[in-house]
Amino acid sequence: MAVRQSIGRRIGVNVLAWAIGFIIFFPILWTILTSFKTELDAFAFPPKFFSVHWTLENYKGVLDGSNYPLFAYNSIVLSIGANVVGLLIAIPAAWSMAFAPTVVPDRALTRKLYAAMLGAIVLAAAILYLIGDARYDWRIYGPIVAIACIPIVYWVMTRRTPDVLMWMLSTKMMPGVGVLVPIFLWFRDLNLLDTRFGVGLMLMLMNLPIIIWMLYTYFKEIPVGILEAARMDGASLMNEIVHVLTPMATPGIASTMLLAVILSWNEAFWTLNLTTHNAAPLTAFIASYSAPEGLFWAKLSAASTLAIAPILVLGWLSQKQLVRGLTFGAVK
Amino acid sequence: MGSIELQQVRKSFGAVNIIKGVDLEIKNGEFVVFVGPSGCGKSTLLRLIAGLEDVTGGKVVIDGKDATDLGPAQRGLAMVFQSYALYPHMSVRNNIAFPLKMAKAPKDIIDAKVKRAAATLNLTDYLDRRPGQLSGGQRQRVAIGRAIVREPSAFLFDEPLSNLDAALRVQMRLEIGELHNALKTTMIYVTHDQVEAMTMADKIVVLDLGAIAQVGAPLDLYNRPDNLFVARFIGSPTMNIAKGPSAAKRGADSIGIRPEHTDISTTAGEWPGTVRIAEHLGSETFVYVDVDGVGPFTVRVDGEAPLHTDDRVFLNPREPRLHKFNAAGQRIAA
Amino acid sequence: MATQQTVTAGRILVAPSVILLFAWMLGPLARTLYFSTLHYNLLDGSAIRYLGFQNYLDFLSDPNFIDALENTLVLVFSTLFISVVGGIFVALLMDQQVIGLNLLRLMVIAPFFVMPTVSALVWKNLLMNPESGFFLWITKSLHLPAPVWFTNWPMLSVILIVSWEWLPFASLILLTALQSLDLEQKEAAQLDGAGAIPYFFYIVLPHISRAITVVILIETIFLLSVFAEILVTTSGGPGDATTNIAFLVYKQALLDFDVGGASAGGIVAVVLANIAAIFLMRVIGKNLEA
Repeated sequence: MAVRQSIGRRIGVNVLAWAIGFIIFFPILWTILTSFKTELDAFAFPPKFFSVHWTLENYKGVLDGSNYPLFAYNSIVLSIGANVVGLLIAIPAAWSMAFAPTVVPDRALTRKLYAAMLGAIVLAAAILYLIGDARYDWRIYGPIVAIACIPIVYWVMTRRTPDVLMWMLSTKMMPGVGVLVPIFLWFRDLNLLDTRFGVGLMLMLMNLPIIIWMLYTYFKEIPVGILEAARMDGASLMNEIVHVLTPMATPGIASTMLLAVILSWNEAFWTLNLTTHNAAPLTAFIASYSAPEGLFWAKLSAASTLAIAPILVLGWLSQKQLVRGLTFGAVK
Repeated sequence: MGSIELQQVRKSFGAVNIIKGVDLEIKNGEFVVFVGPSGCGKSTLLRLIAGLEDVTGGKVVIDGKDATDLGPAQRGLAMVFQSYALYPHMSVRNNIAFPLKMAKAPKDIIDAKVKRAAATLNLTDYLDRRPGQLSGGQRQRVAIGRAIVREPSAFLFDEPLSNLDAALRVQMRLEIGELHNALKTTMIYVTHDQVEAMTMADKIVVLDLGAIAQVGAPLDLYNRPDNLFVARFIGSPTMNIAKGPSAAKRGADSIGIRPEHTDISTTAGEWPGTVRIAEHLGSETFVYVDVDGVGPFTVRVDGEAPLHTDDRVFLNPREPRLHKFNAAGQRIAA
Repeated sequence: MATQQTVTAGRILVAPSVILLFAWMLGPLARTLYFSTLHYNLLDGSAIRYLGFQNYLDFLSDPNFIDALENTLVLVFSTLFISVVGGIFVALLMDQQVIGLNLLRLMVIAPFFVMPTVSALVWKNLLMNPESGFFLWITKSLHLPAPVWFTNWPMLSVILIVSWEWLPFASLILLTALQSLDLEQKEAAQLDGAGAIPYFFYIVLPHISRAITVVILIETIFLLSVFAEILVTTSGGPGDATTNIAFLVYKQALLDFDVGGASAGGIVAVVLANIAAIFLMRVIGKNLEA
């Protein structure tokens, strides 16, 4: 800033900024401090800042006593696992959208697809009508509807690439409660409740749009000429993606994964509703402190600090990606 | 090895016809240059040969086999891109080795071929550097090295010298020419610079809006352009074209005479005019004249000439070097 | 650059994502839609009856629902107001030359990365606890009456927690937008004699208006489904003072096992979210074409 500001103004701004920053950060700071106090000190009023007997007993208590290791393990496996799978699905999709986009949908193909869609719907409706009461069993109507949707899916795939991307993003905006009931019932029927696979699947689906979107933006920055050179050099598609695209996009992939892991780690809807004790991650573990017995504040603080520490670190590393990913690029 | 044939090749993007029915035969070992103004489709034609774009119609035949439906990797060609398209995350050595790795060649063969290519192109000292650490000329050599190791039937060059400065361009032009002499492989070279075309080519293909205007050896195009387009494209400065009485009296709709074949006199001549500007280069002089009733003409005079703005002069064409064109712009035989 | 090969490859490679997301979007939603037309209660021995639209009419006229809708809107708009206004203020502060800006930025951003269950419980137990919470110490030191947060002001308490979580997000986004403002514009404004306040309203605010819009739309979509914070602090109570639509649906589905009613509620939630989503999509879409 070229303009000189008065010393008074600068001091004022600094004091104000730090005061506000401190206030905002305070709950986290207080939690970390409390985690090192004894329960009595933690519960003491007025709150103790100094004459505190600092201790690690809470951490020991949380790590030994409760099932903390299992919950931490679940958080780690779910966050990383779901997003790695998501990455494997998203990289090809982002490649397709960045380097083989549909600019103008093929009109002849579209017309054929409309006809196919109509035919499929009519056929499916007829079958459902004819089979009578069996139609209420989702194991029966499920596959029928799924097959009838094939033309629709193909139609979606062949639309203009920006439109397809927007549609994918829109799936992220559906509130979980909108599908809580059928998901829960399906999970119950398929024995997926309280399984890491089940929750992981939900986490993957929630993040897939964002991962695809972010990879797409990073891939667009790679000059297509280099991929063409690889093709001229005899690289198959797989080679092109593995040996040329992915190494060049490594920073972008890392950024995307960072954001995705953070979002999954903190996800607090499906992780709370679809797990009980086997697959529950740290979000659920902390939630169990909402109905405690006896003094527990220090232990809550210790458990909380353990639960949030990794993400605080990751989050500090990923601020830029946060803006890019969470605003879907609308803010640069 | 190395013969390429295009049969009625067409390419459209949607409703726009970029390439309109091109027939072309390239013999093994030829250095063919595709040349033409921006938008004439020369790069597109090259990419069609490479397999990076699909033809809308027609056939691409490589070494006697129909390659129209083959992907770029299966056509046995190598391409040097305008932007070099080097792999930024790989060393020079790995860049050059990449095609061989893709072909699953054994390691010792890869090492040997990379060494040889590097030696040919003076890259041995740079093998372990990354593209980002190289100069433009060095990067270009790496791109060429990557193409060489494939031992392709033909090399495709897409305006490779456009990103280099003038001095480097001249040097690289010579090196590519020497490469061709050494390897004797077919080379197809795209450029908008007709000087590059004239100096490097065995055969020039002049393209105009997606169609071939003329195919021939450089001097053939210079001495016997088939149409006005080629006449004006080849040769620098551009050929002077005159319509009206001077053309009519020679039985043509328009006539052309190159600046270097036009004589200028202060006393008498066929075309009177006024000097607009005279550029004195010492070795030669370019005189820009507004010819009365005809238009702007350029004259090239060897050595120095005592001509200045607003001088009245007379221009005379050297008849044997005059070109005649009909109303459709086609050459009329002399 | 497209050849038949790349086009075909492109379709194959994008297929898994499209199939997955299509199934994910359509399947459960369709089933919810279907359930919402039924009388279907897992605890209720009686048969599944087709109620059609009746379920919606019942749900929409249910006073529980009206309250939940009211709570949802209060929660969303209050949090939006606090986070956006606060976010602008914080962003403006951090756009100044502050010593140790990097550390300060980390401190301000941190709450966004704390998982909702931790945020909620830390606020409820460490800060707002009526016997030994930190806030009690502050109000006592200022000789103010001590609020019993979750008993007397449950909604406000939840709003405070959620606002604390989202203020950093708004600050970060708005700060990013602010930093793209040309320094020269500020200098030109000063030469033109604009004081700080007019400068803010005539130049800064329009420049970040797009970012503000994006923040509002994105926050709205996520705020409509605030769940965990309510679950671990008030469980929707006292009574249903803090039950929003999301929590209401949860209660009906997993506590009352009223599949039909919960489904109807879920559809209402989806409709509300879609309204915000449509606007957001337009903003993003403009950006995609750019």
